[in-house]
Amino acid sequence: MTGADLLGLFGHFLLLSLLAVGGAITTAPDMHRYMVTEQHWLTDAQFTSSIAIAQAAPGPNLLFVAVLGWNTAGPIGAFATTAGILLPSTVLSLWATRWGSQRRETRFVRSFTNGLTPLTLGLLLATGWILAEPYVRVAQYRWGALGLIAVAVLVMLRTKLSPMWLVALGALVGVLGWV
Amino acid sequence: MSVPASETMLPLAAPANLRELFLAFNRLSLQGFGGVLPVAQRELVERKRWLDKQQFVEMLAVSQVLPGPNVVNLALMFGDRCFGLRGAVAALAGMMLAPLVVVLALTALYGQYSHHPLVSGALRGMGAVAAGLVISTALKLLGTLRHNPMGRWLALAFAALTFVLVALLRLPLVWVVLGLGSLAIALAWHRIGPTEPPK
Repeated sequence: MTGADLLGLFGHFLLLSLLAVGGAITTAPDMHRYMVTEQHWLTDAQFTSSIAIAQAAPGPNLLFVAVLGWNTAGPIGAFATTAGILLPSTVLSLWATRWGSQRRETRFVRSFTNGLTPLTLGLLLATGWILAEPYVRVAQYRWGALGLIAVAVLVMLRTKLSPMWLVALGALVGVLGWV
Repeated sequence: MSVPASETMLPLAAPANLRELFLAFNRLSLQGFGGVLPVAQRELVERKRWLDKQQFVEMLAVSQVLPGPNVVNLALMFGDRCFGLRGAVAALAGMMLAPLVVVLALTALYGQYSHHPLVSGALRGMGAVAAGLVISTALKLLGTLRHNPMGRWLALAFAALTFVLVALLRLPLVWVVLGLGSLAIALAWHRIGPTEPPK
């Protein structure tokens, strides 16, 4: 990979950063188009496994971007993609929140946040659904997965247990072959 | 969705310094398997009491419409609110650094074990739990719609419609936010009515 390629990679992620409304994962299809189909830096399987690893690891899902960069060009690639996806949105977010918090009590800002809150919660439910669907759709995993989901929801609503223990339980149930 | 009364009664606290802020985000991020948001809600609202549910859901709403990953935006906003730019950097670094090292180490290991049935089984189990965690976070926060100026039922209808459009019909998010979001903002604007901006 040449310096120009690396710059192109960085530039592409700078652009995607500003389009990533609703989370970095929403721009994954475009990353796939650029890195796999157009540039041939990664294979299809490498792309998919990069996302799976980031899902299994702790931390923001956004880290799949670092894994993609790493698999493309090693540490410098990870730096290029991560810095690219973070810089523009970070600067814009900081600026926008400062602007908004100075006007927190104004009619516009109150309408904006109160109007969007229900959408936010609908989106959160949708994310849960989209994460669950691949397991629930397959008859073999359906009941195990639904059971785990129900246990996770109940424990979270009724107790103060750290979610980490539930994830460990999920891994155990999976290793035992019940899901 | 019943919430123990004590959860909403205690006064809010705040991080004492940058180090505490960094460590808190480091801790919640390292617990965040399959997504940080459920842990962020648990840590910031229920354990640390740095935010109440209402503040959390408002920050979340703003961080979702801004471009960029929403937990990253949430960290930035919260850090900035506590200690300005230095706080934003501390919260973001706390959230990103340690998990970045972990995920890159896993990348190195994954190639060898990805097809092992125990590994794929564990990933499936963790994936299902991750879905449950996100759903439970949404259910907990739905209670905050009670205070929405649009009224509880209208707000719930917007939440349900968003779910249908995004999860079931798979419409592009940008259209849902621009279309339904604008409508919701306009309704809230109408219901809130003219207010005196603080001088």
